[in-house]
Amino acid sequence: MVKAAQRMYYGKALAKLAERKEIVVLDADLGGSTRTSDFAKVAPERFIQIGIAEQNMIGVASGLAAAGKTVFASTFAVFATGRCWEQIRQAVAYPKLNVKIVATHCGISVGGDGASHQALEDIAIMRALPNMIVISPADANEAYAATMAIADLKGPCYMRMGRADFPLITSEGVKFEIGKAAVLRNGNDVTLIGTGQMVMSCIEAAGILEQNGISAEVINVSTIKPLDSETILASVSKTKCVVTAEEHSIIGGLGSAVAECLSENRPTPQIRVGVKDSFGESGDPGELMKKYGLTTDDVIKAAENVIGKKGKK
Amino acid sequence: MGGAKGLDVKDLRRRADKIRMHVIEMTSEAGSGHPGGSLSSADLFAVLYFHVLRHDPKDPEWEGRDKFVLSKGHVAPVLYAALAESGYFPVDELLTLRKIGSRLQGHPVKGKPPGVEMSTGSLGQGLSMSCGLALAAKLDKKDTRVYCLLGDGELQSGQNWEAMMLASHYDLNNLTIFIDRNHLQIMGSTEKTMSIDPLAYKLRAFGLRVISIDGHDIKKIIKACEKARSSSSPTAIILNTVKGKGVSFMENNADFHGRSCKPDEKEKALKELTERMSSW
Repeated sequence: MVKAAQRMYYGKALAKLAERKEIVVLDADLGGSTRTSDFAKVAPERFIQIGIAEQNMIGVASGLAAAGKTVFASTFAVFATGRCWEQIRQAVAYPKLNVKIVATHCGISVGGDGASHQALEDIAIMRALPNMIVISPADANEAYAATMAIADLKGPCYMRMGRADFPLITSEGVKFEIGKAAVLRNGNDVTLIGTGQMVMSCIEAAGILEQNGISAEVINVSTIKPLDSETILASVSKTKCVVTAEEHSIIGGLGSAVAECLSENRPTPQIRVGVKDSFGESGDPGELMKKYGLTTDDVIKAAENVIGKKGKK
Repeated sequence: MGGAKGLDVKDLRRRADKIRMHVIEMTSEAGSGHPGGSLSSADLFAVLYFHVLRHDPKDPEWEGRDKFVLSKGHVAPVLYAALAESGYFPVDELLTLRKIGSRLQGHPVKGKPPGVEMSTGSLGQGLSMSCGLALAAKLDKKDTRVYCLLGDGELQSGQNWEAMMLASHYDLNNLTIFIDRNHLQIMGSTEKTMSIDPLAYKLRAFGLRVISIDGHDIKKIIKACEKARSSSSPTAIILNTVKGKGVSFMENNADFHGRSCKPDEKEKALKELTERMSSW
């Protein structure tokens, strides 16, 4: 299967967007990794280096946006959301300014850098902010399309991406509609809801489950906020049970967002696949995904377990 | 537009006291707010809104305007008073401060009321926002000037120094920073809480041009702003001020950082300010 890194396609999208003069890109000394360097090559005058000062980066982004710019501010997710969360709250979300915080290096698959650099809480803390849209594309093609889509959005947005190469599950030129989940496979026995690279695990799991006589529906939730409740509720009204899968803590992320939706609208058995309230560590990305329960096998086990909970009172 | 007027120092002094009277009335009516730091910067507000800033209260979003960011957002009352006196919104609305449904939130919100450039209140962030506004003006080749007011206690927050580093790095000479150096913060003396001095040296070390003046001297504020306009680097103007300036029992009294006047104190304060206003 062809693989590509989301951040590489983010860089490509920014380079394309550079033709739009209102677009400004801010970096906190990680442009080579986040690939904002691709924008810097074609529009150096609108690439503003802030240095290792994320709090200042958000404030500067706020001022630029207030003066009419569409601002992309990028760094690693831990620093882009955690270091400056309150700056984002005060200077971006509250005044609803046109700032896109696009972060790379989300999740445990960051690998060798270890827990200090593995963002596992970013969805939770960004989702809690009023006015904030939260996007988590499934692969590099979707990352490209989402970058284009958020550039047209007037207002705050957070987009998370991984570091490593992920399998391409969508095709080049895929359409991205903010707030719309995509049903990738139809099924009747269980709904597998994934985000980011865990969508691929859900697809693989569905294939294996089918061989065991279980029909799984797969949904890619690439906009976590606002959540596409309609698509999710329509699916569970049929399958009556859910597995959520994300490269994020099980606290506050996709699993929580889905649980909130279900408990208020259609209480449904659910199992959350994600990091179980712990920090990560250094290691090979594949080994880490295995150790922290983020593989296709983990999704399969969760699906089998949750099916067993159906109909129980 | 404010900047088009000739200089009438007496008029500006009276306006500063009028602004002070609004601050006392507003915070007293609200039963809370931050009158101390509002009074210490009233003279600056009179100079800015009635002399220095190019702005149009009838067209708050006018493209050619200068921009003022109140980083020490807790002195929102003095900003609202200056905006209302300039004609951005009716003076009567000032008494809605901090009341439910009011545009006059406890800390400033962008565009609410008109004339408020940025949302502030969480200290240490306004200077970064001002740098963003100044950078945008440079990118667009506009002659917009950006003015930012910081509290002295606020300088304990590290983000200010990140922003100063950036202002100097990008030669943001269209940025003027005012520091309301009244030496008091909630817990008392700034120097006892967490010392800021030697302030001018620190600011210079971060690449700023530094001008230190009596922050209640209208003429000196105007002159310092003129110097800042012709500077090749960003300028910091240290306004040496007295917290609670203009009301005897509020001067140098940290108690009035975050509490308003009781009814009897209000009457006394307004009487003093009325006398002060007619003395010019």
